[in-house]
Amino acid sequence: MRILLFARRNTKEILRDPINLLFALGFPLILLFLFSVINSAIPAEAKNDMFIITKTAPGMATFGTVFFALFSGVLLAKDRTSSFLMRLFAAPMTSMDYIIGYTLPILAMAAIQSIITFSAAVLLGLPLSVYMPGAVLIMLPIAVLYVGVGLLCGSLLNEKAVSGICGALLTNIAGWFSGIWIPLDLIGGGFKKAAEVLPFYHGVEATKQALAGDFAGTIPHLAVVLGYVVVFYGLAIIIFRRKMRGDKA
Amino acid sequence: MSAIIITDLTKKYGTLTAVDHLSLTIEKGELFSLLGMNGAGKTTTIKMLSCLIPPTEGDAVMLGDSIRENPNAVKQKTNISPQETAVAPNLTVRENLEFIAGIYGQNAEASVKSAKEMSSRFGLDDVLGNKARTLSGGMQRRLSIAMALISDPQILFLDEPTLGLDVIARRELWASIRQLKKQVTIILTSHYLEEVEALSDRIGVMTKGKLVAVGTTADLTAQTGTGNLEDAFVVLSGGVL
Repeated sequence: MRILLFARRNTKEILRDPINLLFALGFPLILLFLFSVINSAIPAEAKNDMFIITKTAPGMATFGTVFFALFSGVLLAKDRTSSFLMRLFAAPMTSMDYIIGYTLPILAMAAIQSIITFSAAVLLGLPLSVYMPGAVLIMLPIAVLYVGVGLLCGSLLNEKAVSGICGALLTNIAGWFSGIWIPLDLIGGGFKKAAEVLPFYHGVEATKQALAGDFAGTIPHLAVVLGYVVVFYGLAIIIFRRKMRGDKA
Repeated sequence: MSAIIITDLTKKYGTLTAVDHLSLTIEKGELFSLLGMNGAGKTTTIKMLSCLIPPTEGDAVMLGDSIRENPNAVKQKTNISPQETAVAPNLTVRENLEFIAGIYGQNAEASVKSAKEMSSRFGLDDVLGNKARTLSGGMQRRLSIAMALISDPQILFLDEPTLGLDVIARRELWASIRQLKKQVTIILTSHYLEEVEALSDRIGVMTKGKLVAVGTTADLTAQTGTGNLEDAFVVLSGGVL
C-alpha cells in the first residue's frame, strides 16, 4: 500500500515535468527519425547498413532508458535536499518501500517508452514482429541498472551534480559505448574493448537479439547487464539505507 | 502527565558532540520551544526524537515508547514539519495531503476526509487543486504543517516553522499553531525570540549541545537578572549584553 502510494507520487512528480517527457519520449523518437532520414539518403550501391531501422530501433529503444538515471537521480536529490525525504523518513516506512517506490514507476515508463519507440520504428519501416514484447521485457533490467545509477547519485549528490553526471555525462558515455552512433567495429581497438566491458553495448545487443527472436543469444549480453545491476542497484540500496539511518555516507 | 521523557540523550559525530547528555521532561499538550544559536544542537535533538537519527547515548521515551527500542511505534504517533518547506512540488495541495495521510496508514476514504479537514483548518481550500510549487512561501509552510498534522500525531515537531516568512504570513501561522496547543504536544525550534515568547509554555536554551536552562520567559529572565527574553538568551548563550 505504502509502496504503491509512493510509486504513484513519484510517477506524478516525473511525468508532470514537461522536460522529462521531452527527453524520455521525444529524444529517442527524434534520433530514430534522423537515422531513418540518413539511411534513406545513403545510396543502395554503398551497401552501408549502419542506419537501417532493424539496427537503429533496438539501439534507440535501449538508449532511451538512460534518461531514467537522470529522472530517478534528480527526483531523489530534490527530495533529499528539500527535506521532503526527511519528512518521509519520519513516517513508518521501510527502506525497501522507498527503493521499490522509486523503481516501479521507472519500470512502467521504460516499458511504455520502448513500446512507443518500437511503434514509431514500425511506422518507419521496422517489420512488425511477435518478438517485440520480448524486446520490451529486455528493457526492464536495463532500466533497473539506470535507476540504480540514478539512486546512487541522488543519494550522494545535489540536483545540479546529478543532472551533470546522469544527464550530460552518462548519456554521452552510453551513446558512444553502446555503438548506436557509430558501430564499434568501425572504431575498434581499445575503444571497442572498453565498450565490451561496459553494459551499454550489451544492453543494445540483448535488445537486438530479442527483437530477432534469438532469446538464447540475449543471455550472455543480459548477464553483463545484470552484473552491473547487482553492483549499482546494490550500492544504491546500501548508501540509501545509510542515509536513512542518518549516517554520514 | 509526561509526553516526552528524555534521559542523557547524546549525539556524537566523530569528535564533535552535537547534543550532550540532554535530559528533559515535556508534559502532554505542552508547547516547548528549543532556543539556541546555529549549531547549538536543536535540529539534531529533533532528529533523534523523531527517530531520523539514532542517539549515540541515552534515550527518550515518547508516550511510553523508546526511540531506541521501538522507533516504529514512535513514528506512528509523531510527525515533523522540517526546517525547509518539505512538500512534493508537482503534486497538488490535495494530493500532498492525501499522500501523507496514506503513508501513515489511512485508507483512501479516510485520506480524502482528512485532507478536507486539514485544508479547511489551514485555509488551503482555495488552493486545493494548485500544484504545491505554485504556492507562496507562506502557503507552502501552512501546507507543510498541515501535512505534519494530517496523521493526527500526538507529538509534533516544528523545526523553524516560520523561517523566511513575512510578518503577516508569520502571524497567520502563529494563529494556526496556537489552535493546536493543549491538543498536541509540540516541540518547536526557532531563531525568532518574539515567536518563542508568544507561543511557548516553556523554553529550553541550548548552547554547544547542552541544555543550559529551562523555564518560562519569566523564569529565564529572573534566572539571568535580565528584563526580557532576548537579553536572557544572550546571557545564557554566553554572549555579552
